[in-house]
Amino acid sequence: MAITRGEVLHVARLARLDLRDDEIEQLTAELGAILDAVGKVAELDLSDVPPTSHPLSVVNVLADDEPEPSLALDQVLANAPSVDGPLFRVPPTV
Amino acid sequence: MATPTPSWEPVIGLEIHVQLKTRTKMFCRCSSGYGAGENTQTCPVCLGFPGALPVPNRQAIDWTIKLGLALDCEIAARAVFSRKNYFYPDLPKGYQISQYDLPSCVNGNMLVPTENGDHVVGIVRAHLEEDAAKTVHVGGATGRIGGAETSLVDFNRGGTPLVEIVTAPDISSSEEARRFLQLLRQTIVELGISDAEMEKGTLRVDANVSVRPSGSTELRTRCELKNMNSFSYVARGIDAEAARQIGVWESGSELLQETFDFDAATGTLTPRRSKEEADDYRYFPEPDLVPVEPSAELVERLRAELPELPATRIRRVERDLGLDQAVVLVSGGLDGLWAAAVAAGADGKVAANVIANNVVGAGVDPAAVSPGELARLVGARDRIPRQAFDEAIGKLGEPGFSAEPYLADEAVSDEALLEPIVDAILAANAAQVEAYRGGKTGLLGFFVGQVMKETGGKANARAVNELVTKKLAG
Amino acid sequence: MIDTLRLTAEEAIGLLERKELSGAELHATYIAAIAERDPELHCFLSTVDEPVGAGIPIALKDVISTRGVETTAGSRILSGYVPVFDATVAERCKGAGLTLLGKTNTDEFAMGSSTENSAWGPSRNPWDPTRVPGGSGGGSAAAVSAGLAPWALGSDTGGSIKQPSALCGNVGLRPTYGTVSRYGVVAFASSLDQVGPVAKNVRDCALLYSVIAGRDPRDATTVELPEPVLLPSDDRLDGLRIGIPKQIDVLDAIEPGVRASFDQAIVRARELGAEVGECDLPLSFEYGMACYYLVAPAEASSNLARYDGVRYGQRVDGATYREMVERTRDAGFGPEPKRRIMLGTYALSAGYYDAFYGQAQRVRTLLIREHRAALDTFDVIATPTSPTVAFPLGDKATDPLAMYACDVLTIPSCLAGLPGLSLPCGLSEGLPVGLQLIGQQFGENTLFRAGHALEQAIGFDTVPTRYR
Ligand SMILES: [Mg+2]
Ligand SMILES: [Zn+2]
Repeated sequence: MAITRGEVLHVARLARLDLRDDEIEQLTAELGAILDAVGKVAELDLSDVPPTSHPLSVVNVLADDEPEPSLALDQVLANAPSVDGPLFRVPPTV
Repeated sequence: MATPTPSWEPVIGLEIHVQLKTRTKMFCRCSSGYGAGENTQTCPVCLGFPGALPVPNRQAIDWTIKLGLALDCEIAARAVFSRKNYFYPDLPKGYQISQYDLPSCVNGNMLVPTENGDHVVGIVRAHLEEDAAKTVHVGGATGRIGGAETSLVDFNRGGTPLVEIVTAPDISSSEEARRFLQLLRQTIVELGISDAEMEKGTLRVDANVSVRPSGSTELRTRCELKNMNSFSYVARGIDAEAARQIGVWESGSELLQETFDFDAATGTLTPRRSKEEADDYRYFPEPDLVPVEPSAELVERLRAELPELPATRIRRVERDLGLDQAVVLVSGGLDGLWAAAVAAGADGKVAANVIANNVVGAGVDPAAVSPGELARLVGARDRIPRQAFDEAIGKLGEPGFSAEPYLADEAVSDEALLEPIVDAILAANAAQVEAYRGGKTGLLGFFVGQVMKETGGKANARAVNELVTKKLAG
Repeated sequence: MIDTLRLTAEEAIGLLERKELSGAELHATYIAAIAERDPELHCFLSTVDEPVGAGIPIALKDVISTRGVETTAGSRILSGYVPVFDATVAERCKGAGLTLLGKTNTDEFAMGSSTENSAWGPSRNPWDPTRVPGGSGGGSAAAVSAGLAPWALGSDTGGSIKQPSALCGNVGLRPTYGTVSRYGVVAFASSLDQVGPVAKNVRDCALLYSVIAGRDPRDATTVELPEPVLLPSDDRLDGLRIGIPKQIDVLDAIEPGVRASFDQAIVRARELGAEVGECDLPLSFEYGMACYYLVAPAEASSNLARYDGVRYGQRVDGATYREMVERTRDAGFGPEPKRRIMLGTYALSAGYYDAFYGQAQRVRTLLIREHRAALDTFDVIATPTSPTVAFPLGDKATDPLAMYACDVLTIPSCLAGLPGLSLPCGLSEGLPVGLQLIGQQFGENTLFRAGHALEQAIGFDTVPTRYR
């Protein structure tokens, strides 16, 4: 169950990882081996088995629509790498 | 023999985002109110701080179910939130929490009354999700995103509850789209779950448009229209896009699937940059949340709370007033006042005109009007001076308003008093009299108007009308 | 003079109650021990020298948000990040008067089994500093063994509490999923992560569990405990039914010395009146690892998407938002998080979801059924916690799959959401061996009772030989 360099690059773009060439080489090899191992799950015919996304069987855990205090602005921005007044600053999106 | 070019029909489906007016956000208890300072209504949850976890808003879930019931949807016995994964500065967690393959509401429809029967618009689904934050692009060329030097993010709006309603492609003209949206909006407003104002962005409409030869059932390539922030822009956008597509097909070329932004200023469509890799949102069930399984009791309680829906009321009012007037009253939320005025003795047609024109025209809040007093004014409309009538309408909304003082004011209908005035007007406008007698009978209104002016609005319009007609005939 | 190597939390509480010393003095004593032994072991990423509160000190794994105290989850991308809020478990510790000693080392984002994946360098095993303390919670486990903290909190996704406790010779509990709040705990895999106690003995473990357990309105996946936590005192096991999966007999990965200590512990259990039988968990051993290494990375790939350099943490600038994010993440994440983000993104991506993530979720259903069936017949399932004793640093660092295999025995019950207790049951090659007891959902009290009785019978000395 090999994974191609092209697939690795595609996945890296989806995951927003700007991988260096040596990283890509290594990951292509490692992911291939790991996928071989985990690919095992495909052996089983589980068409009649429901998926479990949660080990807990509770439902309807909800909160009432009652406002609680928000953070103070200085706490909101305390860890921000770059701000402009009360706003978070990022490079242009395009 | 040249084959005639086919006539085309648009195929339109709508995606409507409705911002619910809950007090708090979808997954945290920050206030979702307007007008607070930037980033002052945020917390670890809606900022996506490490380790913060979502807890769904019960009110938002109940309201989504209520809307689903109003749209005749099936309410899912088990709804599940999923994660839609993508990166953008206004998406703090790197994913949007949204119902995906198991939404709260599916398979509904809305009936839009028309001259020839009900136009049925299928509702594919209505699901609950969280809104993105607000990104402002500053610097660069004319604020266009492309030219921005930096983007600034305010997370106040981030995480407020949105219901996304997806219709089937059952709409075949911009006018049908407008009527559907008008009715949907009125329904939402009457449910009390959103102000649904496009200008404020609490109601957002995207349109999927394709065209096909009239009569065929094929579905051709569709394009998506975004950023149309009024019903008339939606209509204009759809017309522009349909025309463009017809042009493409008739020129013999292929239509490309694209997304356009509608530019209100120019009324034109500008294509969006296509991303370098295709969207792959990697949806999977949100492991921080558990399923929503509304009890039958809850669903029935919400169903019982539904008001009589606008479509039904349009059909009922239509019997007395005809469709257009009925649509005007119901979509304006005026039919309640109308019915009450009629019940208080007002003539249906006159009352409808007075409400739709005078009351609305005077900017009076229909909710503040006493139907009884309105009925008395409606009854006296042709008897009392126009001036008094208009003044009374203007005051209708004031607390404790009484029509009494205005009703006493009789309009002048005594021919002996009116005749000299009429004669003087006709003498002064010999040319128009000629024209009238020559067949331009539309000038009648002009003469009547002159007389009303001369009498300072105190003359009885009907009496003047009869007198002038008689004189011109003579 | 207090010997922090031997002092249990329960004894420390006694000292404070009898006013034999103050919380501040106690705190200072541990800070001194840290100053003496931590330069070699590197259990702590940061320490709090001035105690806040007057109770028993505690060390918290660095994935637990602590207001005003840097929390990095062992990652460069969070270096300098100082939370403005406390995780619920940190809040509950404060509420109980526990004073924060410091934040302990962890594999980056709790991804690892040796603590070698920490961006801040590995921790070392107090029994033999050339060996790993296990992971990801190696810092907490090593700190408790070395007397640098009376007890600590860890987090366990596939074995990160149980396996380090086994390798360091102390007691660790991975609680039933949903009994301890995850609010404020830096997420690795949401449907698996659970915070739990690490301590010198089972009673301390139970005591600390009672402090942190119970429904949290901020975590929609928590529930109220069906019964209160009971401090174990019984030293018999009469009537307790212990099941041993027959699959461990053919698991070559288990070292003979480990198996020997495990068998000794089972002999003791019989002597104490337990009924020991064989149970069958074929799918868990055959497919557990594969299932885990699809489910956990998939959730991790999404949980780690928030580290984009916008609101907190490190940023590497770029001309566009996208360039900034890609550079920030490439520079900020180490090799293991990158591997798991890539693996998880792939497993969720179009065309692969059904074959990988979807299929893994169905396997998970079978593992849950299989465990439920076994636990219908038995009160607890017993296995060694780790197939091996502590291994030398660097041994598995270059082979991801070898490292993943460390958790072969701890992973299946994690997928099933069941509680697991690891307690020391002997030495092999002079290094601790851990006994893992898996309980029924919410069966913590049974685990405490069984663990306490065995602990008394085994009489393991938790002080590393080189410190005696
Ligand atoms: Mg949407
Ligand atoms: Zn918030």
